[in-house]
Amino acid sequence: MQQVFHRPVSLKDVQTHFCPGCHHGTIHRLVAEAMDHFGVQQRTIGVASVGCSVFLYGYFDIDVVEAPHGRAPAVATGVKRARPESFVFTYQGDGDLAAIGTAEIIHAANRGEDITVLFVNNTTYGMTGGQMAPTTLVGQKTSTSPYGRDKSKDGSPIRMAELLAQLGGVAFSARVAVNSPKNLMDAKKQIREAFDYQVQGKGFSFVEVLSACPTNWGAKPLAANARIAEEMIPYFPLGVFKKEEAA
Amino acid sequence: MSKRLFVKGNEAAAMGAVEAGCRYYFGYPITPQSDIPEYLSRELPKLGGEFIQAESEIGAINMLLGASACGARAMTSSSSPGISLKQEGISYMAGSELPGVIINISRSGPGLGGIDASQSDYFQSVKGGGHGGYRILVLAPNSVQEMYDLTMHAFDLADLYRTPVMVLGDSVVGQMKEALVPNPRPARELPAKEWAVRGKQGGEQRVVKSLFLGDGELEAHNWHLHAKYQLMKERECISEEQQSSDATLLVVAFGSVSRIAQTAVALAREAGLKVGLFRPVTLFPFPEVALAQAAGKAGRVLVIELNTGQMVDDVRLCVGHGVEVSFYGRPPGAASLPSPEELFEVIRTRCQA
Repeated sequence: MQQVFHRPVSLKDVQTHFCPGCHHGTIHRLVAEAMDHFGVQQRTIGVASVGCSVFLYGYFDIDVVEAPHGRAPAVATGVKRARPESFVFTYQGDGDLAAIGTAEIIHAANRGEDITVLFVNNTTYGMTGGQMAPTTLVGQKTSTSPYGRDKSKDGSPIRMAELLAQLGGVAFSARVAVNSPKNLMDAKKQIREAFDYQVQGKGFSFVEVLSACPTNWGAKPLAANARIAEEMIPYFPLGVFKKEEAA
Repeated sequence: MSKRLFVKGNEAAAMGAVEAGCRYYFGYPITPQSDIPEYLSRELPKLGGEFIQAESEIGAINMLLGASACGARAMTSSSSPGISLKQEGISYMAGSELPGVIINISRSGPGLGGIDASQSDYFQSVKGGGHGGYRILVLAPNSVQEMYDLTMHAFDLADLYRTPVMVLGDSVVGQMKEALVPNPRPARELPAKEWAVRGKQGGEQRVVKSLFLGDGELEAHNWHLHAKYQLMKERECISEEQQSSDATLLVVAFGSVSRIAQTAVALAREAGLKVGLFRPVTLFPFPEVALAQAAGKAGRVLVIELNTGQMVDDVRLCVGHGVEVSFYGRPPGAASLPSPEELFEVIRTRCQA
């Protein structure tokens, strides 16, 4: 019988530790599929960040360096400069990338480092128990914004995909979601596109993935998926914000 | 005859790094060490290496972490406030057992302080510096020649023990010009870097990390690190003694102030005083055994530092109860560097006490 579907080679045959309804597992799969597609698993060095995704070396069958909180783009810079033949990606959450690591992401992007950054935006600090993140929506209640995020005191959520698209070194910047089959198929396409930029050596590529955190949102998985459609996407629009054509 | 150059200490350190095979440098401008990135930004591209002026000290140390995780010889340099910012990365490198060389041409503090010669970063350098209870090897050159030689040595030690190594100087050793004989790197057997990430390339997965959550894992990891530090203490102590064999007062000083102390000791000898000099070259590991021996013979020790008393604690810990330890220090700042004559007076007073 012909096999039509299988676990990506780049993904280990293990259970994840993620909560029910969390999107990390789905996003991991899409990333692994993209690695398989380009046949880069054996030359990939992943850079793990601090947060729920720190264990990515437990799930991806690739070499991994664990970075300090927010520093993954700087670590990836060192990796790529020392081993330019490697395929290098970081996988970071919103607290990691858009708060404590803003300097590192902006300057790695601006230098046009030939790496790919997967940015998982679930509007909260998941690992530490659901505190307010730089992407927390205005009015959203978290464990450190018990009255809801107040724009006058906490500022507005940061739209990283659009922000980075402004920078000269960025070749590709997109925002996707995995809350519906249609969005998931598009996410798969854009992650593949981002990887293609690096495979071809065309510069820095960035994909923001809107993601559910049912545990910290206090929502069931289906309600969490619905929240992405109803609350997140209106503020964080899906789309491609930068797509530099080949020089 | 090998060639002799007339260069600054900072340039000598950069040249030593290149001779040691370092091809990756990541740094951020700060006085008084900027000659190092300036030299390497010029030289590394010619050698097929990479120079990055990072967005921050934190960026620089983490680029070093990444390059080092790939097995490359890489370094960064900075000065005191910048080194404070790098401590997070140094702790992660120590925890992940990554080699790497960090040059600290230290300034005077605390805070923004000043750019004068200072040894106020002794504690920060030798006691761990960042969080988590680790140690790094610390080498303290006192000449332009040693800036070159010890930087070269630092790369071998880093690879041998899989640890960050700091070369600790100040504006005196960094900015002064002296003769330098740029000797070739001595051959040394070093273990293959079978831990370095490379992309699996058909082999086993390699992971460079400092997170250990399994039962007993982190404790075992810390005992493993501790055992390495014990091995360094046994094998890697370097110190220098001058006229210590018949001394009844032993001056202990490291780095820049040891040069001034050396002249003061010579003045004391001219005056007929039996004074010797002991200079720790490695600050971690601290040369406890050699110092205890020399101090025990002399019976009296005078510790001189460019701070209000830091290394003196380590001296007291190792010389034992029979030895009288006194201290003379000058906190850093403009016009605070003691002259040889001032130190001679301190020595003379101690000898008469």
